[in-house]
Amino acid sequence: MRSLFRFLRIRSGAVGLAIVLLVVAVAFFGRYIAPHDPNAPVGVPLAGPSSTAHLGTDFLGRDVLSRLLYGGRSVIGLALAATVLAYALGLAIGLIAGYSRSKIDPILMRTIDVMLAFPPLLFLLVLITGAGTGVGILIIGVAAIQAPSISRIVRTATLEVSVRGYVEAAVARGERAFAVVVREVLPNILAPVLVDAGLRFTYSILIIASVNYLGLGLQPPASDWALMISENREYISLNIWAVLAPAAMIALLTIGVNLMGDAIARSLGRSYVPRTTRSVPA
Amino acid sequence: MTTAAEPAASRREASPVLAFLGRRIVGAAVALLAASLVIFAGTVLLPGDAASVVLGRNGTPAQVEKLNHQLHLDKSATHEYTDWLRGFVHGDLGNSAVGMAQGAKSAPIWPLISDPVKNSLILALVTALFMIPLSLGLGALAAVYAGRAVDHAVSIASLAAIALPEFVIGSLLVGVFFVWLDLLPPVALIPPGDSPLDHPTKLVLPVATLLLASLAAGIRMVRAGMVEVLQTEYVQTARLNGLRERWVLWRYAMRNALAPSVQVLAQNLQWLIGGIIITENVFAYPGIGSTLVTAVGNRDVTVVQSVAMMIAVVYIGLNLLADFIVMLLVPRLREPA
Repeated sequence: MRSLFRFLRIRSGAVGLAIVLLVVAVAFFGRYIAPHDPNAPVGVPLAGPSSTAHLGTDFLGRDVLSRLLYGGRSVIGLALAATVLAYALGLAIGLIAGYSRSKIDPILMRTIDVMLAFPPLLFLLVLITGAGTGVGILIIGVAAIQAPSISRIVRTATLEVSVRGYVEAAVARGERAFAVVVREVLPNILAPVLVDAGLRFTYSILIIASVNYLGLGLQPPASDWALMISENREYISLNIWAVLAPAAMIALLTIGVNLMGDAIARSLGRSYVPRTTRSVPA
Repeated sequence: MTTAAEPAASRREASPVLAFLGRRIVGAAVALLAASLVIFAGTVLLPGDAASVVLGRNGTPAQVEKLNHQLHLDKSATHEYTDWLRGFVHGDLGNSAVGMAQGAKSAPIWPLISDPVKNSLILALVTALFMIPLSLGLGALAAVYAGRAVDHAVSIASLAAIALPEFVIGSLLVGVFFVWLDLLPPVALIPPGDSPLDHPTKLVLPVATLLLASLAAGIRMVRAGMVEVLQTEYVQTARLNGLRERWVLWRYAMRNALAPSVQVLAQNLQWLIGGIIITENVFAYPGIGSTLVTAVGNRDVTVVQSVAMMIAVVYIGLNLLADFIVMLLVPRLREPA
């Protein structure tokens, strides 16, 4: 696992990490230094920057800076939840498919091929049509989009590991399949499986923010960077900061994570091709 | 020379192209069928039936029942599904659930979406027209100058652009080209009946947004492919034979770097579909993406089903097309494995 941190020796990787830490700090601790209540009007709508509202006010007269300081947690939190759930699902499916050596494997893999042929954003929109807007469906949907490609990698790694001596020894000792998978297989496939975790996290951020922007995720009056952009988009010529500030925060976050991902991949001698590994691209 | 095995072997060799195509077409058909199941199940089988959702809290049980009947949603799920799929295949998209809920006798979907479909196709085609030569050109440029300033500039710019969601890129572009420079309109509202091509200035920002968001992956792949090919022996030989560098590049290297690039370009075009859904909403462009998002917001189940299925057809069709083009470019694939 130490090899995962070798990326810090690459300059862009260290820069990426610094940017990510900064944005995360703003997202989680910014609320404690926010000058105003994010939902209370502090002046006339769409006023420019002033001494009471340093980034001006939004379309309802709320303080843009305060909403900015509150609005990052949902962006990062939802993406993190979706990514973790995606890994849980992907690990479960991939381990079962890779270790079972039965008919389950081809059935699972063909199902996954089919899933990968479906446009991800469309999948989310279809789910939302059926289930309504909500945070839960957003997390589940994004996890379901990412789980197939993760489970493929897990399956390949499991197939490789499960013929090694230590796994065969455990099987010969008469350990149960579940114990073998958890104690012998899982720890040995984690590194290759987690290498593109950063990439998947960026993807979760991109697609969740996009759905929030479309108004089909978090609902007003939530403070959320993506939602802030869409709420104030129409009035961009009146107070440009109400749009630019949250856009810049999202940009910093995703660029930072991507720089890190690129450096990690390079430090492991791999090429990093974001977006195409999205089974996906939105 | 003649052995018993020969007829079988030659039969296999007879039409590897057809066999390859056949396999891919069957695969695409299966994927389409699965897509239709996902779309239908996702929109209809989840809790809450369509009619009561569309009618909202104020719908009386009698209204719900009537709407369910009008939309043919009062049968078994399998029956509904086969009806819907048969209708779609025959070009009968049915009625808009929301339109019917508002009391219209009939609210056929096709007239609602025919203009948006055309507008979206135009947006996609214009974008693709720029995307393909730009990703090939910039990718090749970065590869030729690998490790030098040009390469770094292209790589860093594409890494940054790749990280940004379309709505952020679009908002930043509006900030620069409308608020600061006042050069281009901030929205792309096309009057009904007009062709977007009659309003070229309105197309600039949506196309630029899609290009910025989609070019990067293509550039990186073309660059990777070209770097590899430029180190092969046949390129070295061509150079040592004294061929002009430009000739070596385009005649020898490009063709071989192209095959993996075609797949990436196809992925990019597929990705463009997702990008278009968001970009259209950023610029209020009257396309299929705006229509879809509005329908999802209104939970207009029948419109979502039709539009989603159309998008799935294009998406899966692009995959098939890419496989076919790759096969034409790489003769090796035409031989039996």
